[in-house]
Amino acid sequence: MGFDVSVEAADAVKKALISAVVFLAVAGGAAAAERGPNVFEASGELAPDGQIDKIVFAKLASLKIEPALCSDAVFVRRAYLDIIGTVPTAKEAKEFIEDPDTKNKRRLLVDRLLEREEYADYWAMRWGDILRIKAEFPVNLWPNAAQAFHRWVRASLVENKPYDQFVNEMLTSSGSNFRVGPVNFYRAIQNRTPDGIAGAVALTFMGTRTDNWPTNKIEGMAVFFSQISYKPTSEWKEEHVFWNPLGSNVVTASSVPGKPSITSIAQPTNAVAQVFDPTEANLKPLVGVFPDGTKVKLSPNKDPREVFADWLVTPKNPWFTRCIVNRVWGWVMGRGIVHEPDDFRDDNPPSNPALLAYLEKELIAAKYDLKKLYRLILNSKTYQLSSMPKVTTPEAEANFASYSLRRLDAEVLIDAINKITGATDLYTSPIPEPFTYIPENKPAVAIADGSITSPFLTLFGRTARATGMENERNNKPVPSQWLHMLNSSHIYRKINEGAKMRAIIDSGRKPQEIIEELYLTILSRLPTADEVKNLEEYGTTQTVRQPPIMKNGKSVKQPDKTILVKRRDDWVDIAWALLNSAEFLYRH
Amino acid sequence: MSTSHSSKNGKRISRREAMRRGLYATAGLMAVDRLIPNALAVASAPAKTATKAKAKSVIQVFLWGGMSHNDTWDPKPDAGYEYMGEFAKAIPTNVDGIQLGELFPALAKQADKFSLIRGMTHRNNGHETAAYLMQTGHTPGERLAYPSIGAVFALFKKEYKGIIPPYVVMTQAQGRFSEEGFLGPKYKPFATGGDPNANRFEVEGVVARQITDDRQKNRRELLNKMNTMGKAMAASPQMTAAEESKKAAYDLILGKGKEVFDLSLEKEALRDKYGRNTFGQECLAARRLVEAGVPYVVINYPGGWDTHSNHFATMRRQCPNLDLGLATLLQDLKDRGLLETTIVWCTGEFGRGPKVDWQPPWNGGRNHYGNVFSVLVAGGGFKGGCVVGSSDSKGEEPKDRPVYPVDLLGSIYQLAGIDATAKLPHPMGLEAHILPSAAEGVKSNGLLTEIM
Repeated sequence: MGFDVSVEAADAVKKALISAVVFLAVAGGAAAAERGPNVFEASGELAPDGQIDKIVFAKLASLKIEPALCSDAVFVRRAYLDIIGTVPTAKEAKEFIEDPDTKNKRRLLVDRLLEREEYADYWAMRWGDILRIKAEFPVNLWPNAAQAFHRWVRASLVENKPYDQFVNEMLTSSGSNFRVGPVNFYRAIQNRTPDGIAGAVALTFMGTRTDNWPTNKIEGMAVFFSQISYKPTSEWKEEHVFWNPLGSNVVTASSVPGKPSITSIAQPTNAVAQVFDPTEANLKPLVGVFPDGTKVKLSPNKDPREVFADWLVTPKNPWFTRCIVNRVWGWVMGRGIVHEPDDFRDDNPPSNPALLAYLEKELIAAKYDLKKLYRLILNSKTYQLSSMPKVTTPEAEANFASYSLRRLDAEVLIDAINKITGATDLYTSPIPEPFTYIPENKPAVAIADGSITSPFLTLFGRTARATGMENERNNKPVPSQWLHMLNSSHIYRKINEGAKMRAIIDSGRKPQEIIEELYLTILSRLPTADEVKNLEEYGTTQTVRQPPIMKNGKSVKQPDKTILVKRRDDWVDIAWALLNSAEFLYRH
Repeated sequence: MSTSHSSKNGKRISRREAMRRGLYATAGLMAVDRLIPNALAVASAPAKTATKAKAKSVIQVFLWGGMSHNDTWDPKPDAGYEYMGEFAKAIPTNVDGIQLGELFPALAKQADKFSLIRGMTHRNNGHETAAYLMQTGHTPGERLAYPSIGAVFALFKKEYKGIIPPYVVMTQAQGRFSEEGFLGPKYKPFATGGDPNANRFEVEGVVARQITDDRQKNRRELLNKMNTMGKAMAASPQMTAAEESKKAAYDLILGKGKEVFDLSLEKEALRDKYGRNTFGQECLAARRLVEAGVPYVVINYPGGWDTHSNHFATMRRQCPNLDLGLATLLQDLKDRGLLETTIVWCTGEFGRGPKVDWQPPWNGGRNHYGNVFSVLVAGGGFKGGCVVGSSDSKGEEPKDRPVYPVDLLGSIYQLAGIDATAKLPHPMGLEAHILPSAAEGVKSNGLLTEIM
């Protein structure tokens, strides 16, 4: 078994498609069964549909890769997971699969999903990772401020606030951390020095890591953030972020009587703290240097943050638009055109520059309407490719030859399990006291604050929201995660006792109907004939004693018969197997 | 203190350490903070082991809540009822001159195998902060959340390649401080859950209730059969990684790993000797884990020692189990030749007030007390039959040879061959070391060389 076999199988499937044999994937005919059913790819011609496809397919053609389109069943699940962070219900999946409007149904589904309420929850979670929305260690926003920041991000997503305005508000807002959500951008940074803030701005909005910048480059940019002040109020842990032309961002006051200032700039190093002398700094006019090398003399009448925002937040800026289109592309496709999405630098070029340039142009033309960008990408055939890799070379991956397989994020995974089984989880934060508890029916993707968590979320690599880097989230499988999925009481209880799972398993319907319902609920598709057969054969064998037969007036003993029965535990095992299949655990 | 400080610590400052400090100074002058990690990476990596390791494994018995010292391992029979309440009696041990509280007759017969630190001190009276201090050596409230000693073992004991995770805690994690700190989820302790004293020790994720081995095997077969997409994409790197980690999990569920937790494989008489209670059987499971090579095992004492009230009755109930389990563990490790390579240490996050709170609402309780308390250490290179330091006549303050958390942890690291000045991998590349150095203003009185 191995590589060669599957490539052959894939080729055979391809040939079948090309020769225009009607290939009923879902029904999974006898020919398909020999090679394993292919319910994952669609039949028919794959023609480019729009500029994205033209650019990507041209590149694939040059690499001699012939892509395949995903099936409707794959698409409905993928679209739900990628747009609203959850799996479709059995009904939603079935209706979509059976919808005869093959020409429009994918586009219409994308439109519907972009308007769903969960869209904002899911994307606020992604933004929360990037913006480090967390009450406690290490960014220490404090619960009220984390909630305020998240509320603002979520509201911005609900109203589909143009991205340029979204960034502008974060870069230039002033006010209370509890009342003005976006000011928390400047608080959700571990190293609140001008250098540290400049680094966070570059990472978040320019997709650039400043670790390897020359010192003068970061220092030149840091000047724009050298007049941010943080001031406590009389309310516990409330803090004002504001422009202080006379001072630095050093705050000596404290909102906690008798304790060192909560906002003091704690250096996470052991270096001697620098003493910043505001008077000296303000004797000479400040000169900021933009990352492109342009110097600008700062007027004492204008907040330098605004000067920086004016430079950054414009279609003319070489980083701004490219960074966000690449991020969105990476979020949806599983890999950035520049990879990783927050590592733009000269020696890390985009895998397809024309594609990046096209998306940049389109977002500018759309006046930074992110939903238009999502629509553009999600409706492309490129997004809708099958996830079965035809070739596993790095070039194929970097050029989006197939949809990229990735394990469901911790929050998405537990939400899907709970949705499917009808169970809930408890999310808490033990610090600060009193403990925080989240209402039981709230999904994990909707948790505002990275400090509020559960053992499951930690185990499955939810980001600690410490750095704001994309790779802080860890979706690589480790054995302890399998122990949990395969064999923990936590998951067992959900399958065994969850209300929705009970309703399916204990429904008393025919085995085939239960199997269908389980497939639609867990995998968002119908089972193949083979799968139904396999599952009908799974059960407990029972020995049934046969009554003796009277023969010639004598009782003759009959041999025992073994019959197959399906006990409740067998159904639990079947649901368990589907929940532990790669098809469930991965975006595909 | 400060005069003896440098001479006592002189040995600890390696050449590398000196370089490290020198670089701090240079970096400070450069005033470019973000360059420091890079500059230092050159100086402090790769981490080498300080000495040849005597200890392969550690069993830490953590008395969560804080156990009274003068009722147990630092008895003060002459301190009077106000201090000693119901436990005025001290008993002799098999080592001349060492006495224990009356509730420890079994340990008294093993005194030649362990030593007692009676001058342990950190003066912190908060559960979380003191627990953090005792298991990281770092001052609570620093910007970084350091990993506990178990997580550090998981990181540095790379020679361990077993299928059981390297840092196991029975049965619930110590909790309320982050055991893995900034090292991330991979270094979280593996908490067994379940109860080793039950008919079947149901280790979370390894041994599941109601699922027999046959059913496990059927399920695995079913999963393989029904994994349609996984099989169709078997060649993809993602699926290969998934299958590899799943196999490792099944090695635990259906293979040798599970047997380590199967206490029914032990002789009944030995199980009885450990005590047929959760703690006793945890000690037995700990021995089996050490036999399997697991580098760091924590027994988080079930029940707790936070005896603000009802102190004496609680002690009468809990101490006999602690006594029997710990004593049998030491004897059993010795009998199997494992004591030489296994450190056993036992203490809480602090001791308890030496003066009994007779007044309401406590009515005979003891409060948190970090000024002085006792630690039991044994094996893995620690000598037995010794007492290090002492408390004053009423057990209120260290009298001589105070021992600070970094001294205790530093000694354990040294015996295990882990260089306590080694750099820890911080996700952002920030400078972080296993233990804080004296230069960081942490109180230290030197390693426990007198018993090493």
